[in-house]
Amino acid sequence: MLKGYGEILFYLVVVVGFSLFALGLSHFVGRKSYSKEKLMPYECGVDPVGTARIRVSVKFYLIAMLFIVFDIESVFLYSFATVFKELGMLGLIEIVIFIVILVVGLVYAWGKGALEWE
Amino acid sequence: MTVNTILPEIVLTIAALVILLVDVWVKKKEILGYLALLGTAATSIVALQSLTDRGYSFTGMIVNDEYGLFFQLLFLAATFVVIFMSMHYFRENTQMLGEYYSLLLFAVLGMMFMVKAADLVMVFMGIETLSLAVYVLSGCLRDDRRSGEAALKYILLGAFATAFLLFGISLIFGVTGSTNLAAIANAVASKNILGEPLLLLGMGMMLIGFGFKVSLVPFHMWTPDVYEGAPVPVTAFMAVGVKAAALAVFLRVFLVALPGLNDNWRPLLIVLSVLTMTVGNLIAISQENIKRMLAYSSIAHAGYLMIGMVAGGDSGVPSMLYYLLVYTFMNLGAFAVVMALGQKGEDNLEIKDYSGVGSRYPVLGFMMTVFMLSLAGIPPLSGFMGKFYLFSSAVKEGYVGLAVVGVVNSLISAYYYLRVTVMMYMRPSEKDIAPAPMRWSLVLALVITTFLTFQIGLFPSFYLELAKNSIFFLK
Repeated sequence: MLKGYGEILFYLVVVVGFSLFALGLSHFVGRKSYSKEKLMPYECGVDPVGTARIRVSVKFYLIAMLFIVFDIESVFLYSFATVFKELGMLGLIEIVIFIVILVVGLVYAWGKGALEWE
Repeated sequence: MTVNTILPEIVLTIAALVILLVDVWVKKKEILGYLALLGTAATSIVALQSLTDRGYSFTGMIVNDEYGLFFQLLFLAATFVVIFMSMHYFRENTQMLGEYYSLLLFAVLGMMFMVKAADLVMVFMGIETLSLAVYVLSGCLRDDRRSGEAALKYILLGAFATAFLLFGISLIFGVTGSTNLAAIANAVASKNILGEPLLLLGMGMMLIGFGFKVSLVPFHMWTPDVYEGAPVPVTAFMAVGVKAAALAVFLRVFLVALPGLNDNWRPLLIVLSVLTMTVGNLIAISQENIKRMLAYSSIAHAGYLMIGMVAGGDSGVPSMLYYLLVYTFMNLGAFAVVMALGQKGEDNLEIKDYSGVGSRYPVLGFMMTVFMLSLAGIPPLSGFMGKFYLFSSAVKEGYVGLAVVGVVNSLISAYYYLRVTVMMYMRPSEKDIAPAPMRWSLVLALVITTFLTFQIGLFPSFYLELAKNSIFFLK
């Protein structure tokens, strides 16, 4: 019953084996010389400034969450638009209900001050 | 019209959305609790009529039957009591009241869809709607570190368990070619795939996913910490609502979709049941915090309930439903008393805080004694009747050993339940307990739960008939 999965197992072994071989080869054969510049994080040649672990205002997350909600709404609207004619009146009603629920969320977030940036 | 089949859920959704909107504009937050009550009442009325549209709808996603209705009414009744408790408890913690009530109703919405689901996709949707709402609810005391810890633990472990469930569903879909419960049963029966390892693996993974939600040992680790950290009404809701919903869907999926694998999952469930009862009861003995004790007691009760699922058939499943009913009200009542004895900043959650309560607050002491005796299973209270039917169904179906383990475990549990009673009546009070003044809503919650704890036990025939009529789907 596991027949037919043999190829996948073989592929898995080859992939893991090859990556171990390639990494191992460069590890044992390659020359190592570490310097400060070489170990520095590389970002377009600009010197890093400070640590990356800084505190980000919670407002960014609020905006990001609202963005995702409406991003997904637009994804659904696109897929709805392609079959708009076939679905007819029922489809329209359903998508309106969907949007109304999201609008309730927006009104709530707005009323609670999630969109105010001081 | 097919819309009729989900009318109760639509009403509940509207109620939750209205609460969210009203919260934005209305200054007087008291009204939100009444709105939640109104929404629950409207949903109950609509749900009572929902059997006029029996059968499958929405391309086999939803099924309207007595089983679903039984659980929906159970959830709605529990929601009433939880809202009454919340109206008392959140009087002082008003910062998130709108979100609280609307998330509570959304959680109930998820539960209602779970018990009506006839398709694994719908089961998953329901569980997620419920879980996401409860993750937030358990962390809704924002100033309390333990509440935040509970929410974080719950969401991390919950996501882990959900992954298991989803993986199990996908494996079963891969083997049988369908996510519809009845179609899976047909495929298992006709396709000669009984020994297929992927099918067994899928079943096992779903078992883990459900076992986490029901908090079966060894998937129970999250329960004490989350129950301790969450606000008391939310803990009560998790202990009765979430557990009942998960059990309901667990039972339906395994008995409808996988009856062919009976010989595979029944031995597993026997082991899990014995482990859950024993570990839950033994650890509960050493607990000093009443919420942790009730958490371990709820784990042990999940073990008792699994006995009914193992026994199965015409006696096991109804007695399990009956015990769930009993368990819901006695457990809610115990949490209501815990709440009545605390106030903001001083929750009085240690068991030794209960010393002397019996003489200083005789009515509360009496009620707590009733709930503790009922949880321990002492006649004539409903906990006894529930255990009686559960264990006798196990004996009838030939699982005598399991019934013996159950009885021994109830004996163990009597120790820590009676310890609370002994504290209340036979020790001088060590601490000056000054509970917040009672409110009519909490009084109502206490009276309802005390009354039902007596009534379901003294007049069990009506409820037993109800439970027996709820399992037509098995035939």
